[in-house]
Amino acid sequence: MKFEHLLGLACAAMIATGLPGMASAEDKVVKIGAVFPMTGNAASAGIHAKYAIEVALDIINNAHPELADLPLAKNAGLAGLGGAKVEVVFADNQGSPATGQNQALRLITEEKVAALTGAYQSGITLTASAIAEKYGIPFVNGESVASNLTERGFKWFFRTTPIATDFVRVYYDFLTDMKAQGAKINNVALVHDNTEYGASVAGTIASGFKDKGLNIIDIGYVSNATDVQSQVLQLKEKNPDVVLMISYTSDAILFAKTMQAQDYKPPLLLADDAGYSDPAFLKAVGKVSQGVFNRSAWSIGPPGSPSAIIADMYKKKSGDEMDDTAGRQMEGFFVLVDAIDRAGSTDPAKIQAALKATELKPNQLMMGYKGVKFDDKGQNSLASAVIIQLQDDGETYLTIWPKTNAVKQPVLPYKGW
Amino acid sequence: MSFVLVQVIVGGLLLGAVYALFSSGLTLVWGMMNIVNFAHGDFVMLGMYAAFVVFTLFGVGPLAGVPFATLLLAALGVVVYFALIRGIMKGPMLAQILGTFGLALLLRYSVFWWFGADFLSLPQNIVGGTFAFWGLRIEAARLLAGVVALVVTLGLHLLLTRTALGSKMLAVAEDATAAQLMGIRPDTMQAIAWAIAAGATGLAGALIATFFYIVPTVGETLGIVAFVTVSLGGFGSVPGALLAGLLIGVIESLSGYLIGAVYKDIVVYALFLSFLWFRPQGLMGKT
Repeated sequence: MKFEHLLGLACAAMIATGLPGMASAEDKVVKIGAVFPMTGNAASAGIHAKYAIEVALDIINNAHPELADLPLAKNAGLAGLGGAKVEVVFADNQGSPATGQNQALRLITEEKVAALTGAYQSGITLTASAIAEKYGIPFVNGESVASNLTERGFKWFFRTTPIATDFVRVYYDFLTDMKAQGAKINNVALVHDNTEYGASVAGTIASGFKDKGLNIIDIGYVSNATDVQSQVLQLKEKNPDVVLMISYTSDAILFAKTMQAQDYKPPLLLADDAGYSDPAFLKAVGKVSQGVFNRSAWSIGPPGSPSAIIADMYKKKSGDEMDDTAGRQMEGFFVLVDAIDRAGSTDPAKIQAALKATELKPNQLMMGYKGVKFDDKGQNSLASAVIIQLQDDGETYLTIWPKTNAVKQPVLPYKGW
Repeated sequence: MSFVLVQVIVGGLLLGAVYALFSSGLTLVWGMMNIVNFAHGDFVMLGMYAAFVVFTLFGVGPLAGVPFATLLLAALGVVVYFALIRGIMKGPMLAQILGTFGLALLLRYSVFWWFGADFLSLPQNIVGGTFAFWGLRIEAARLLAGVVALVVTLGLHLLLTRTALGSKMLAVAEDATAAQLMGIRPDTMQAIAWAIAAGATGLAGALIATFFYIVPTVGETLGIVAFVTVSLGGFGSVPGALLAGLLIGVIESLSGYLIGAVYKDIVVYALFLSFLWFRPQGLMGKT
């Protein structure tokens, strides 16, 4: 209760500090609402999202010539609105779709925000964006991957993150490049758990790969397994060219340990983010997972690059390393503010038009997308991910694909331990 | 029989021995004292963390970690008996269930608070890698756990059936008042039973930590299997728990390999329920 009181006070303080700004220079402040899980099970994700957006605000509202390639960074405030500053009103969705919807309503009707972003959990993005749609307020999401979000025929919803259909493309292109380097890719084993994430991503990849003529070996399991020996033995016997892991941390660790115990090394081991990106995974079994490929849209890049500078700012703010989720949130927010800047107005229809006209090039982004350009459904058609590989004795992931982003060469076959 | 199938069965037996190992403590407490210890899985978890702490502080493996975890948990068992169990045993069944459940949550979230939610792991090969016999691969850590499971089962069985202490414990289990009239102190016997049971659980945890990940909620993952193992084996029967553990391990492995991992729990629990239909007292339980 105490914490909630504090939070309430913090919210009140935020609103209070916002009000005088509005009064003195009404046309100089652009208000954006951000709905995130600040309490509840996913609080850690919401708190990191807030850090990410605060770093983005610093970049937008202050002059950062060192990040000149990013729109909005060079000068202070929004040039298109006469140097107006951006202000974000954060709201707590408490991990509940109903609360998320109420908060979106409050931000629109009471805070009079020009646009919305959030809400982390796909299920809450679903309800919060429905309110934005009803009121005709632009909603830009940077991190929710459930594919149905952009299948609702909404006019005011835009999403920048790659989704499972993009993963199919990324993995296929990557594997085709590896084939050109001599790797075999005809038989692909999909090892996945039976959660919403595991089942839906595996399903999309399986049908996508089959269309491209690859053979799929489906190996499903129940998440939080006590033992995965039989699955590893199945893999060993079927001997696929590529093993693609779609697993949360606990199972990912168990698979790594069991693969070593059974002396099984697939020629190419590829992981779909999730457990394999967890720092705890690297600490526990990084040493026996050397050479595993992984998906990420975030890579820190060489020192002095915009992404490296942003990573540094984020670490100073949060105390943690920048990760893929925080990066995707930040990118979504940049895209929204860039559209407002180009619209030169806080009129929702003009922002919507500017979002539809968004055409950002890779060098204007902090994430490894091929650009940002929304299709008719509001999904970023240029969303993409890079492939990273666990190198340096299993301690660091380095970007190895595509070539333009690569800092190291991919190493094949899978080394393991 | 294909060669891989042999590996699957051997793996299943080793897995089953581990199930038996961490169920033995539960057998004692549940079967003999009629207390359902919902904190059992979290006792295993504590044993795992004890082994981890010994490793990080002193850099030594299971040789030191296992005895430490055993003693630590045995002491905890005595404390838990006097501080909690003795009181709630007098209460209704519901109080026992909720009391040990509360203990489980207390232990879990204390560890959560102290160690964080991160997944920890002892270094690979801490027990000495993997043996390969004619292509058959056996992890040393699992083999050690399997052998210890057999030794612990035999030891507990002999203790209960061949020693005066065992007879006294059984007498208290049967009828505490009558035992008291015979000059046996029920409190002492039950405290000893808790020490042995919790000690065996700590031992199991420390051994499992050599090949499994360590996380505050790991007791949840492992706990259910322990309850199934004990009821399949027969309440209070230590050899029954061993047999049941091995059976469950092999069935899980075989069905996971032959039918698919998603279905293995269905196979295990369907067989379990249909077995209890015919023999509700379990494999070696008394009617």
